[in-house]
Amino acid sequence: MNILVCITKAPDTTTKIAFSDNNTKLNDAGIQWIINPYDEWYALVRALELKEAGIATGVHMITVGKADAEPVIRKALALGGDEAIRIDADSNDSFYIATQIAEYAKTQNYQLILTGKESIDYGNASIGAMVAELLDMPFITHATKLDVNGNSVSVNREIEGGEETNSCPLPLVISCQKGMAEARIPNMRGIMAARTKPLKVVPPATCDELTTITNYDVPAQKTGVKMIDIENMDELVRLLHEEAKVI
Amino acid sequence: MILVFAELNNGSFKKASFEAIAYASQLAAKINTQVCALVLGETSDAASLSAYGAHKIIQVADARLNNVETKAYAKAIVHVASQENANVIVFSNNITAKAVAPRVAAKLKAGLVAGAISLPDVSNGFVVKKSVFAGKAFAFVQVSSNVKVISITPNSFPVQKAEVPTNVVPQTIEFAANDFAVKVDSVNKVSGIVPLSEAELVVSGGRGLKGPENWGILEDLGSSIGATLACSRPVADSHWRPHHEHVGQTGGTIRPNLYIAVGISGAIQHLAGVNSSKTIVVINKDPEAPFFKAADYGVLGDAFEILPKLTESFKKFKAAQNA
Ligand SMILES: Cc1cc2nc3c(=O)[nH]c(=O)nc-3n(C[C@H](O)[C@H](O)[C@H](O)COP(=O)(O)OP(=O)(O)OC[C@H]3O[C@@H](n4cnc5c(N)ncnc54)[C@H](O)[C@@H]3O)c2cc1C
Ligand SMILES: Nc1ncnc2c1ncn2[C@@H]1O[C@H](COP(=O)(O)O)[C@@H](O)[C@H]1O
Repeated sequence: MNILVCITKAPDTTTKIAFSDNNTKLNDAGIQWIINPYDEWYALVRALELKEAGIATGVHMITVGKADAEPVIRKALALGGDEAIRIDADSNDSFYIATQIAEYAKTQNYQLILTGKESIDYGNASIGAMVAELLDMPFITHATKLDVNGNSVSVNREIEGGEETNSCPLPLVISCQKGMAEARIPNMRGIMAARTKPLKVVPPATCDELTTITNYDVPAQKTGVKMIDIENMDELVRLLHEEAKVI
Repeated sequence: MILVFAELNNGSFKKASFEAIAYASQLAAKINTQVCALVLGETSDAASLSAYGAHKIIQVADARLNNVETKAYAKAIVHVASQENANVIVFSNNITAKAVAPRVAAKLKAGLVAGAISLPDVSNGFVVKKSVFAGKAFAFVQVSSNVKVISITPNSFPVQKAEVPTNVVPQTIEFAANDFAVKVDSVNKVSGIVPLSEAELVVSGGRGLKGPENWGILEDLGSSIGATLACSRPVADSHWRPHHEHVGQTGGTIRPNLYIAVGISGAIQHLAGVNSSKTIVVINKDPEAPFFKAADYGVLGDAFEILPKLTESFKKFKAAQNA
């Protein structure tokens, strides 16, 4: 059984976000790119664990991105996994990205496709479900635990206001979050091995982008915190009621 | 037609569903069309949606839809969307919608905006605003497909009453066996509290509360105003509190009207999950705590001293309101 892990790059949360060209482009000078944390810590590490346990035979990683995504995919390879695929295209449209992943997956025979629960930059939480639809597979979202028993999976997942245990026959798509696995750090051996692992660059399939970002804006700065004396909690409550109007 | 997915929770509607219908009604008025609400699963309550502005209500009262199965849900929504000629489909962007709306969008080749926080601007195309980079910026997304799917951020649009007399139209959908491939083996729902994703009022505790045995004073504060509890990551990681209360970059992203942070330093990864809250109150004993920079109101001092006082003041306020 081969597993496909979907990986995307994202700016480190501590990076300052700025825009150029009259607020129409993300200014990537100075952005520290990381592997989207959900993809790395949960989806990828769980896939590697399944391989180490002898359940999966191969772990492939796919990213839809231009050459600037390579350092991130190399880091993923250093954590483990057998090969990486980069679809050579850049897009912010979920349908476009999902189509690229689905088209590649159709040429292979993946029994399990794992994504992160969302990318921390645009936060769409859409790719996994779209890939599932395009491949006509079941989909389980926000999974916190994943076990494979023969031809089916057992999954714990977050639902609105609680938790559920699901089971489902393979193949399927799962989006992963905290709980699934523990983060790992690449070691020297992994980093050396990653240099010789295959990184396939594949041209994109033809597909229209259905959405485009026209421009960006930044939120108004907070005007400054109003400090309230510890002995005056009635005043805080009054402000929350009369000024902020939230209670 | 604008189609709204009106989600059920144990047979009754979630507030988020009313928000979505209100959003759809305002959009319908703008682009001169009507609103159809779609209910999946069993309920005797479907007719109540007419009070929020739905011109038409369609219900697929199939017991198999009482649990969320993304394939079956998407099939039903796509079917009704095509039948009703829907050009916009509206969801509330919670965990259910995150699993279903993208499937619907992919099937219909419809552009998707997940996490919309504004009504579409239709003066030049169809442009929707959403929050990106963990609340550090907004993006304006142009949707170019004929059919559009918009999933709105909970708590971004007020519920509005608008009585439209309508009947519930029952509908059946032909499902295939493999539309229900995901089997639900057990469900564990926290009952009686508003889930964090929908909560208007949230009180949240961090490592400053020192240990799980001290959560009583935070619970008291929460129950004085009916707030839902949240926590910082180390608190959940140390198992002081359950994982579903964890907010921030690796936990949930919330947008309540009021977020009260107690003994939380305000690390950027924590702020990522909460800084879209309308009003933030920070209680911390360290004047240098970074959270004060993101706060609207701050109280400097020992949480163990402040919380009982604030709880008292809230109780007094509530009593006066009810009097
Ligand atoms: C990649 C990554 C992802 C992360 N994701 C998240 C996330 O999703 N959510 C999250 O919360 N964190 C996340 N973190 C961790 C984050 O960086 C902080 O370490 C964490 O938020 C700190 O939690 P805290 O504020 O509860 O604890 P601390 O930083 O220890 O702060 C405790 C605060 O309590 C105050 N205090 C102490 N005693 C009292 C008292 N008696 N009365 C009042 N105040 C008191 C102190 O002044 C201090 O400000 C992440 C970190 C990384 C690297
Ligand atoms: N460009 C991309 N290439 C590969 N996988 C992606 C890409 N963008 C998103 N994903 C995957 O889809 C998940 C959800 O992303 P999103 O829908 O963009 O929030 C991520 O956690 C990744 O696993």
